[in-house]
Amino acid sequence: MNVEQHGTPRHHGGGGNWRRLAWFLASIAVVVTAVLLGAMIGPAGPPAWRIPLAFLDHLPGVDIDSGVSEAQWSLIWNIRMPRVILAGIVGAMLSVGGAAYQGVFRNPLVDPYLLGAAAGAGLGATLMIAVWGDVGRDWPVAPVPVVSFLFAMATVAVTYMVGASFGGLRSSTTLVLAGVAMVSLTTAIQTFVLQRNSEVVREVYNWILGRVSTATWTDVRLVTPYVVVSCVVLFLHRRHLDMLRVGDDEAATLGMPVARVRLVVVAAATLGTAAVVAVSGLIGFVGLLVPHAVRMVAGSSYRRLLPLTAAFGAAFLILVDIPGRTLTAPAELPIGVVTAFFGAPFFIFLLRTHQVAG
Amino acid sequence: MSSLEFASVTVRYGKREVVRSFRASVASGGWLGVIGPNGAGKSSLLRAAVALVDFTGDVLVDGVSLSLRSRSRRAALLAYVPQNPLLPYDMTALEYVLLGRSPFVSYFGTESRHDRALARDVLGRLDVSEFAERRLGELSGGEQQRLVIARALATEAPILLLDEPTSALDIGHQQQALELVARLRRDHGLTVVSAMHDLTLAGMYADHLALMHEGSVVAYGPAADVLRPETLAEFYVVRVTVHHEPDGTVVVIPRRESFD
Repeated sequence: MNVEQHGTPRHHGGGGNWRRLAWFLASIAVVVTAVLLGAMIGPAGPPAWRIPLAFLDHLPGVDIDSGVSEAQWSLIWNIRMPRVILAGIVGAMLSVGGAAYQGVFRNPLVDPYLLGAAAGAGLGATLMIAVWGDVGRDWPVAPVPVVSFLFAMATVAVTYMVGASFGGLRSSTTLVLAGVAMVSLTTAIQTFVLQRNSEVVREVYNWILGRVSTATWTDVRLVTPYVVVSCVVLFLHRRHLDMLRVGDDEAATLGMPVARVRLVVVAAATLGTAAVVAVSGLIGFVGLLVPHAVRMVAGSSYRRLLPLTAAFGAAFLILVDIPGRTLTAPAELPIGVVTAFFGAPFFIFLLRTHQVAG
Repeated sequence: MSSLEFASVTVRYGKREVVRSFRASVASGGWLGVIGPNGAGKSSLLRAAVALVDFTGDVLVDGVSLSLRSRSRRAALLAYVPQNPLLPYDMTALEYVLLGRSPFVSYFGTESRHDRALARDVLGRLDVSEFAERRLGELSGGEQQRLVIARALATEAPILLLDEPTSALDIGHQQQALELVARLRRDHGLTVVSAMHDLTLAGMYADHLALMHEGSVVAYGPAADVLRPETLAEFYVVRVTVHHEPDGTVVVIPRRESFD
């Protein structure tokens, strides 16, 4: 018997409808709280406590005096809210993508950047900023996100083809190794380009560190379709991800088309990841931290894990963005730095409190 | 119930033939024990039957080639228990046994009430109902082994393929597990193919034995015909005494080399 040896979580979600309902309500409460806090806290604007009133005031059919002026409301609605919503979408997508990747590769250390989504996006952005700056000048949309999205998808596609043609699709190991090789290759090219164009290092570096600070409703509208498609496909494969937990071979003998499921899940997770990376840059650690944190408290069944991961991932990124914009106001801390700075100790705390000899 | 036929099954890893033209037919309700030294090709043969390795030749169920069946139909016909099943440590026993119902769940579907009831029923039949909500990592080796068999039984497949089903178990749990399979075979007409190391146990439960050596079948028949001291000495390079009990049981006893 090969029992996977991991820390054994203390809590775990058994069956039971009331428990499912409790988790459902808890996730909604967490997301709503995070959104409200995100909207309430910021360096400028009206007093925080008036902001929930302003939200109520703007609901159709509700008319209360919130004491928030139109100009202040405009600041909240057009500056703060897109940022909060985008952080939520990015956090949810990276977390669900991470959980899905961990599922199809049956590897807890995997994040959605494994097969080159982030490295490809980074190369695309670098090339666009450093070399092709003139090309995208008259494009109708911002060129850097578009190019980084295309590079992210292309890099993962190449990884997949290389892995599949040399290793066959019976084992995921070749695919992971192909990912490692592609990431190295892409990063090397990126470094070369940067070294030749050192005047844009700062701009590229800012992009790489990740940001939701410049978010607009346009960004939100841009990524939402990809994220929705990606998440719907991944949610539809929750049962398959659970089957893969007993291994490729056994999943196959239980009638599952393993290679096809892996391709579909990787494609869907990559689509969403590439889209959010394109607008927000490389925000690390979320795709690793959130799924594991949820596993520790709610168990590993993907049927519960995926929805909870989406909710808690959204809340996590919204919340870590708050210190990002307040601690050094009016300057901004890059969100990629804040996720790691707050995420790593929290993760260690979870490991410590939930670990029992495996 | 269903019969199973291996028609010249050959498995190659690269240039090496690990199973050579294996032929055998197992009647409906029969039990074929596949024995042989390590590396003889027992596991590869079973893996070929469930299409985990490429092979030439054919595997037929009730006279129809499995290659003509859909993936989920194949999974519904043959339940396979691998030698080293991977047990996710925090999957509950019920979730695990429920996986056995997967061949009957549509691609985007989910297990029905009937599937859940059946999984619970199987847990009951194996006397492990009390583990339903326990996690696999908390259970003992014997309990885990029973759950692996439970998962295979939950499929309600007419054919059960067992790869070393009891190698990790103590003598008591070995007997329990094999008795369970024997009982199900008697009650439900299950057809069983098992790869086994313990020759005495293999002879006791299977009605036919196939002794494999370097991929080929070198002896085939009832236990008394296959388990002969000179045959075993030749292929296992072992010194044994074979003892025949009055009830027909064949007991294989290893002997020490004598130095005087």
